[in-house]
Amino acid sequence: MDIHEVPQEGNRTMGGHRRAMYARDADGRIVIVASAGGEVDETVTLQALEYIREQTEAARKRVEAGASSPLEYWMYAQRLDLPQLSQVTGFWKWRIRRHFQPQRFAKLSTDILQRYADVMGITVEQLKTLP
Amino acid sequence: MNMLIENFQHRHAAHCESGVASSMLSHHGAKISEAMAFGLSGAMAFAYLPFVKFAGFPLIAFRMPPKAILKGMVKPFKMRFHFETFRDQDKGMQRLDELLAEGHIVGIQTSAFWLPYFPADMRFHFNAHNLIVYGKEGNDYLISDPVAEDPQRCDAENLRKARFATGLMAPKGLLYYPEEIGQKEVTTEAVLRSIKKTVRTMLGPVPIVGVRGIHMLANKVGKLDTADKLSLNYVGHIVRMQEEIGTGGAGFRFLYAAFLQEAADITGRDELKVLAEMLNVIGDGWREFALKAVRMIKGREAFDPKLLAQMLHKQADDEKEFFQALKRAIA
Repeated sequence: MDIHEVPQEGNRTMGGHRRAMYARDADGRIVIVASAGGEVDETVTLQALEYIREQTEAARKRVEAGASSPLEYWMYAQRLDLPQLSQVTGFWKWRIRRHFQPQRFAKLSTDILQRYADVMGITVEQLKTLP
Repeated sequence: MNMLIENFQHRHAAHCESGVASSMLSHHGAKISEAMAFGLSGAMAFAYLPFVKFAGFPLIAFRMPPKAILKGMVKPFKMRFHFETFRDQDKGMQRLDELLAEGHIVGIQTSAFWLPYFPADMRFHFNAHNLIVYGKEGNDYLISDPVAEDPQRCDAENLRKARFATGLMAPKGLLYYPEEIGQKEVTTEAVLRSIKKTVRTMLGPVPIVGVRGIHMLANKVGKLDTADKLSLNYVGHIVRMQEEIGTGGAGFRFLYAAFLQEAADITGRDELKVLAEMLNVIGDGWREFALKAVRMIKGREAFDPKLLAQMLHKQADDEKEFFQALKRAIA
């Protein structure tokens, strides 16, 4: 890749940051170049975020229908999935799945709710409802 | 409490770990580039791990696992690294302050999710991020995050959360600094040894690693079901691992090419310059793959898994040829 080929069209997921890339200068030397990003990297990031958003909205519908607890919604909203939530809380996946049941979720102790809230960076109050 | 390690210089880097290694060693008198840190540790690789799922997709890595670069600095620079993890969060934060007060720049491992200066869209639960703390001002730590262009700040509470995030590869408050650097220049032997290691990894017999790993991924891509909506996400995931998560472009291939140019100067072996150019062209091939994949994701072109698989097989063949030539060049 030559310096003039380094993507500079911009990438809205980068929040104005630039990332370092390596490209060939006029003398053939490969040097570090700050890149504002471009369509390729923007597309794949947006695609990943869109997938998370779809999962989050599907969970919201389930919660609204009384089929799931807000825990499931927040899990996706805070960019986790079941295996990851299990890893960060140390709870078994089957146990978390049980906490997706609204009636069980309603009876959870503050300690357990706090653990979920902590790893997600939200408050227990937030965790109990949909935003 | 205000502390600042005066003569520390922040540098922008493609990848966090090689960036930290290069800044840290340079600060202590072994002046090396990011590319040198990356190449010398033999960090370039390829691995396709179908059984390790990352956000629902297999782990596809264009480099060696986390910590390989830091550990790879030990032998070439005859250095001793001090690594320390903490069970008690308060002690972990206290120790960081002590080290800063003693005038150390301190490397730490963090989760990316809790760093406030990360763009919101980039904040994922990834625990193997590395950065350098080089001072403290009031409640804010002064941060040299290699993937950021300029120095950053992070308040104590968020830094604590980032350092003590749980889950896969949990940092457990890890901090590190060099205790001794016995060798400040890069030697020819160290360069050749590292290249040998990378050649072995890339041409090795393990079916999911190196050139064989690329073929395996290509086979998997070729079998993707065009009717399944998630197939395009799978393809996007490969491109993300290659281009988006701080690789310097083309999954570290350009970075390694930069290393080979430096290696040519150090060893006096000019053929390494020719090989750097060959790898540059291979890197362009990876970029073409990414571009094609994105055209399919955007629907400008029909989704054609077979074509993408072909492109990946070609990358694997080209890399095989390249690493065989590299092997001959250092023999």
